[in-house]
Amino acid sequence: MPRCRPPRDPALRSRYMRRKGRSPRQGKRPVEEGARSRRSSQASGGQPAKPVGGARRGPFKQAPPLGPTDSRRLGPNFTRSRGRSGVGAGESKEFRMTSLLTYTFKNLPTTSKCALRFSVRPLSCSSQLQAAPAVQTKSKKTLGKPSVRNVVVVDGVRTPFLLSGTSYKDLMPHDLARAALSGLLHRTSVPKEVVDYITFGTVIQEVKTSNVAREAALGAGFSNKTPAHTVTMACISANQAMTTGVGLIASGQCDVVVAGGVELMSDVPIRHSRKMRKMMLELNKAKTLGQRLSLISQFRLNFLSPELPAVAEFSTSETMGHSADRLAAAFAVSRAEQDEYALRSHTLAKKAQDEGLLSDVVPFKVPGKDTVTKDNGIRPSSLEQMAKLRPAFIKPYGTVTAANSSFLTDGASAMLIMAEEKALAMGYKPKAYLRDFVYVSQDPKDQLLLGPTYATPKVLEKAGLTMNDLDAFEFHEAFSGQILANFKAMDSDWFAQNCMGRNTKVGVPPLEKFNNWGGSLSLGHPFGATGCRLVMAAANRLRREGGQYGLVAACAAGGQGHAMIVEAYPK
Amino acid sequence: MYRERRAGSRGGRHLGIWVLVRQYGGRLAGTTLLGGKVLCSAAPAGSAFYFRPFPCKMVASRAIGSLSRFTSSRTLRSPGYFCRNFTRAPPLMARTHINYGVKGDVAVVRINSPNSKVNTLNKELQSEFIEVMNEIWASDQIRSAVLISSKPGCFIAGADINMLTACKTPQEVTQISQEGQKMFEKLEKSSKPIVAAISGSCLGGGLEVLIIQSHWWYSSALAISCQYRIATKDRKTVLGAPEVLLGILPGAGGTQRLPKMVGVPAAFDMMLTGRNIRADRAKKMGLVDQLVEPLGPGVKPPEERTIEYLEEVAVTFAKELADKKISSKRHKGLVEKLTSYAMTIPFIRQQIYKKVEEKVQKQTKGLYPAPLKIIDVVKTGIEQGKEAGYLSESQQFGELAMTKESKALVGLYHGQVLCKKNKFGAPQKDVKHLAILGAGLMGAGIAQVSVDKELKTIIKDTTLAGLGRGQQQVFKGLNEKVKKKALTSFERDSIFSNLTGQLDYQGFEKADMVIEAVFEDLNLKHRVLKEVEAVIPDHCVFASNTSALPIREIAADSKRPEKVIGMHYFSPVDKMQLLEIITTEKTSKDTTASAVAVGLKQGKVIIVVKDGPGFYTTRCLAPMMSEVIRILQEGVDPKKLDLLTTSFGFPVGAATLVDEVGVDVAKHVAEDLGKAFGERFGGGSLELLQQMVSKGFLGRKSGKGFYLYQEGTKNKNLNSDMDGILASLKVPPKPEVSSDEDIQFRLVTRFVNEAVMCLQEGILATPAEGDIGAVFGLGFPPCLGGPFRFVDLYGAQKIVDRLRKYEAAYGNQFTPCQMLIEHANNPKKFYL
Repeated sequence: MPRCRPPRDPALRSRYMRRKGRSPRQGKRPVEEGARSRRSSQASGGQPAKPVGGARRGPFKQAPPLGPTDSRRLGPNFTRSRGRSGVGAGESKEFRMTSLLTYTFKNLPTTSKCALRFSVRPLSCSSQLQAAPAVQTKSKKTLGKPSVRNVVVVDGVRTPFLLSGTSYKDLMPHDLARAALSGLLHRTSVPKEVVDYITFGTVIQEVKTSNVAREAALGAGFSNKTPAHTVTMACISANQAMTTGVGLIASGQCDVVVAGGVELMSDVPIRHSRKMRKMMLELNKAKTLGQRLSLISQFRLNFLSPELPAVAEFSTSETMGHSADRLAAAFAVSRAEQDEYALRSHTLAKKAQDEGLLSDVVPFKVPGKDTVTKDNGIRPSSLEQMAKLRPAFIKPYGTVTAANSSFLTDGASAMLIMAEEKALAMGYKPKAYLRDFVYVSQDPKDQLLLGPTYATPKVLEKAGLTMNDLDAFEFHEAFSGQILANFKAMDSDWFAQNCMGRNTKVGVPPLEKFNNWGGSLSLGHPFGATGCRLVMAAANRLRREGGQYGLVAACAAGGQGHAMIVEAYPK
Repeated sequence: MYRERRAGSRGGRHLGIWVLVRQYGGRLAGTTLLGGKVLCSAAPAGSAFYFRPFPCKMVASRAIGSLSRFTSSRTLRSPGYFCRNFTRAPPLMARTHINYGVKGDVAVVRINSPNSKVNTLNKELQSEFIEVMNEIWASDQIRSAVLISSKPGCFIAGADINMLTACKTPQEVTQISQEGQKMFEKLEKSSKPIVAAISGSCLGGGLEVLIIQSHWWYSSALAISCQYRIATKDRKTVLGAPEVLLGILPGAGGTQRLPKMVGVPAAFDMMLTGRNIRADRAKKMGLVDQLVEPLGPGVKPPEERTIEYLEEVAVTFAKELADKKISSKRHKGLVEKLTSYAMTIPFIRQQIYKKVEEKVQKQTKGLYPAPLKIIDVVKTGIEQGKEAGYLSESQQFGELAMTKESKALVGLYHGQVLCKKNKFGAPQKDVKHLAILGAGLMGAGIAQVSVDKELKTIIKDTTLAGLGRGQQQVFKGLNEKVKKKALTSFERDSIFSNLTGQLDYQGFEKADMVIEAVFEDLNLKHRVLKEVEAVIPDHCVFASNTSALPIREIAADSKRPEKVIGMHYFSPVDKMQLLEIITTEKTSKDTTASAVAVGLKQGKVIIVVKDGPGFYTTRCLAPMMSEVIRILQEGVDPKKLDLLTTSFGFPVGAATLVDEVGVDVAKHVAEDLGKAFGERFGGGSLELLQQMVSKGFLGRKSGKGFYLYQEGTKNKNLNSDMDGILASLKVPPKPEVSSDEDIQFRLVTRFVNEAVMCLQEGILATPAEGDIGAVFGLGFPPCLGGPFRFVDLYGAQKIVDRLRKYEAAYGNQFTPCQMLIEHANNPKKFYL
């Protein structure tokens, strides 16, 4: 199996080390730097510095460009290509090499500004390269790492997300998950025996199918030799499933993993009370009639009061909506702002749906019902209508209402992730790389939903990117107030200094790049399945809008959060 | 000293509502509709009145305890405080306490006393307030107003007590009350709705704004007289009418408004117990109309933003009130409706007054005038109308303020404020890691009050069983709070994680302080001291929790005697507020500062005394105990003795006290101190205690003492087996000193004489500490204010006379000490 190694070439190696010591944003480079360094590496990698015609995978124009913003990882990238060529991984590497250049030329006019901005910094580089044209580069590099396999998303699908209690209401969670898995099989035509592992996220567990991943996989026609497990991490369960897959692949344990998530809020486990359960269990063990009768005589009517699944944080006993309302108040987010944001989400989602952009949705023939083809929670309304609603949590003066919160949703999603070389070897054209990711956690009381604020700077630092490098943002919208509070937190120096231990604020994502195809507020939020939707939305948007980096971020119950960089796979 | 576990007395603690329920619940609703559950939730079991039957140590802590919660944050101000601004020029007058801004058509009145952590109602604030309100009433643009404090965590913490103490006659006090009444009435009748936005303590006067009450405790008064009240729902926000704890009544209309607002039973409960009511309960009671959740950090500090938010919410409500979109009338539940209907029936009202009065009589033994006056004033208001009610309120207020009881209670309040400060300064090293040796009742109790104060606590015992019992005690204590909804189960768990139980000395190298609570045996204490000193770091303080062993003897074996100190906790540790800290000549100042800091963290009221046999508390109690034995030997029935002592104001009868303390402990102490002080500590025959111990009558812990103790039974019966012992040791009573009053005074004068001697010998540093120690630790009658206050109020000469009389009968046990004689001869007072 091809592995990445550090540069063999002593010159490269020393440069790599030298650069490693430098902070990514420390200085400006000379204009040519990006181009130069890239080409130098190509030279040392022994590859022809001209397009190889994209070989059979077609026009891979969008090279993983080099990022002057992060010189640290420059070396490793080249290394990888070298390493691969060394073990004969062949074509894949060649595509990369060629695409580097084609991309550069192709994007010259549009990226020059950017390149100028980022490329000014002193650098010594090998003389042979100094003649290279100055502004031929998109300023960013790819985020691959030395000694870590590249993980790609081949494709991902989801069932339409429906309001709970609608068409899916008679299903069980594994039915939905199965639909997503079958859809994925159909969409990718992946031979089922190739799949090494399946992992799924879910939050409210159906007790009969506690490992819903396994039940769904068996029913969806996957090989019964493919193991599967289920993870849970509140609203970022699917993210956890994906990153689990990433870990399995990156560590070399697996090559092909299916990750996904499912949630069926139409049905939740409502239990007997603890007293009733205890009595029933003891009754089970009772041997004689006398014992049974004496147990039954202890029965009281209140034993019959049911136990609902907790809607509140266990640690604080506060419901999430209540916390969101307080969060919005803490950041002085007004009701009007929240309604406006929710309206934006619905409007954009509607537009995306009408334009057919939500290509990850696969139709689902619900047994006994019509085929569902579309999300049904997208309902653009008017601000006036929304203003009429009463607050849902903090009554009577709160600001979080049904209209500016995400709704209870049924849905499932699944995606096929592979090691890059495996995907290429199998002839796939991946959609995106899954790059750096982080999980964060904070105070579950007052900062329950601020995960994105904490996770974003962390993952950017890890990847060596800045806000400006990002082309698409896909944040999970639990509540309008939560998104806007996160924006305000990211825009606040006070918050950065006093709560995050940072010197300066994180910075706000530009709204024109933010959740452009709608979000959880409008598309719906099946807790366990949203993560995959976010990643697919980011990947599809990058492909369509032509960007390179997308940021996925989400908050989750328990005061946790997640962020991941999605890098478009070069076309 | 009192190490024995206390069995809670549940009986007779409910007041007010409970009475109503019991008497009329069934009859009114015919079923359980009004039954205990619903109504009682409004007056929970903890609504103890001043004094609980026992144990003695808890008594006063209860009485003054709730006082401390708000007073501890108050700053005492000099009496001259409110004279400061007389020089200002009226036209240019920049208000110092109050300013207001207008938001739309809502005036936002912000209270912010300068240079102080809290807002206190005083004359200046009041006059500025009236000015501002007049402006608001006069303005055409303003349609409603919001009243809010600019200080996070404090609305108004009542009025300045010194205003009251400065008055010389009842008339002056009455006038203060009447001014308050007028102001608050005006507020109440305001045509423009006024919304009180409360965050933090709102007590006394503060509540009256809400209800608007007296000069003193205006904040509550202030709040009550507003049309609408919004409070932040945090633990700091408490409402209450604590006047009764100072021996006075809510004197600015509170007695009149509160019953209307929350109903007569709940109002009685609030005013007679003086307890603090948390915001969420206040909402249920109808004391506040809306709650605002405290906010977390946003783009500014959470407290600041919470106040802003509170203001924003209050402004919207003020607008809606002015627009008549909402009404300030509260929707009443069925139970409430029924209750208020019941209150319209005169017969039922009479029964309630009667019942409440009976209850108060029973609990106060008629020793505290304030509760009875409160009932009286409320009754006047309801039966004879508002005018009569107000008049009666202000008059009774004036009279109460002049009573000895009030002076005693105010004195205790001041003393307590004093004992809540660390006069030794900040210790060099903050104690973060605490280790406790011995997981017995005391050890576990100390752990219990430490873990929830962010102290990482190790509890070490020698056996797994003992350790387990101790850990369970800590857990149980925390779990009780969960049951009472003072903690969530999650908070309990995370607090409990601060506790490590172990059998070895692992982790002691990190300890900043070690408190030993092993068995009271000098050799054992020496042994653990040695073991501990081998493992602890140099800066670590070694504190011994002992009730009678001299600290200098324990320290004799120490390598570093400057780090050895005594910390005498009282059992049950989580309930008893007192901590007696004992220093030897060698104890360093920093060690003392460290011990006091830990004690304060644990929420204790602290007295610091010098080392000596029995320190202060045990030493005072011992002669009294000796007298108890003698009185019993003289043939007084234990039940009668209990009655005599409780009717004097002691929360626990003397014979019961011996049982509670443990006969063996009492014997041990009596022997030890008898050796140290000789004949002076004699009186009763030690033989009695010895025989009791040999027969296994150890008191409550063994189920038998002077009384019989059985699980599940409330009534105590005398232990008939004691008759033989008592008969065999009977001594003839001396008729000239055996009247009921004499018996009471024989006990009290010995106590007082010993206390004064402690001051004379320098064991005590100040009389205030002596009073606090006696009341909070030993249950000295709070209405007497402690032994020193008692001497001041009762008269030193009269006490000396009494002592001389008993001296003539019994000898030198009653010889008055030098200092007492001096105070009698050239009339001096302990308190100026």
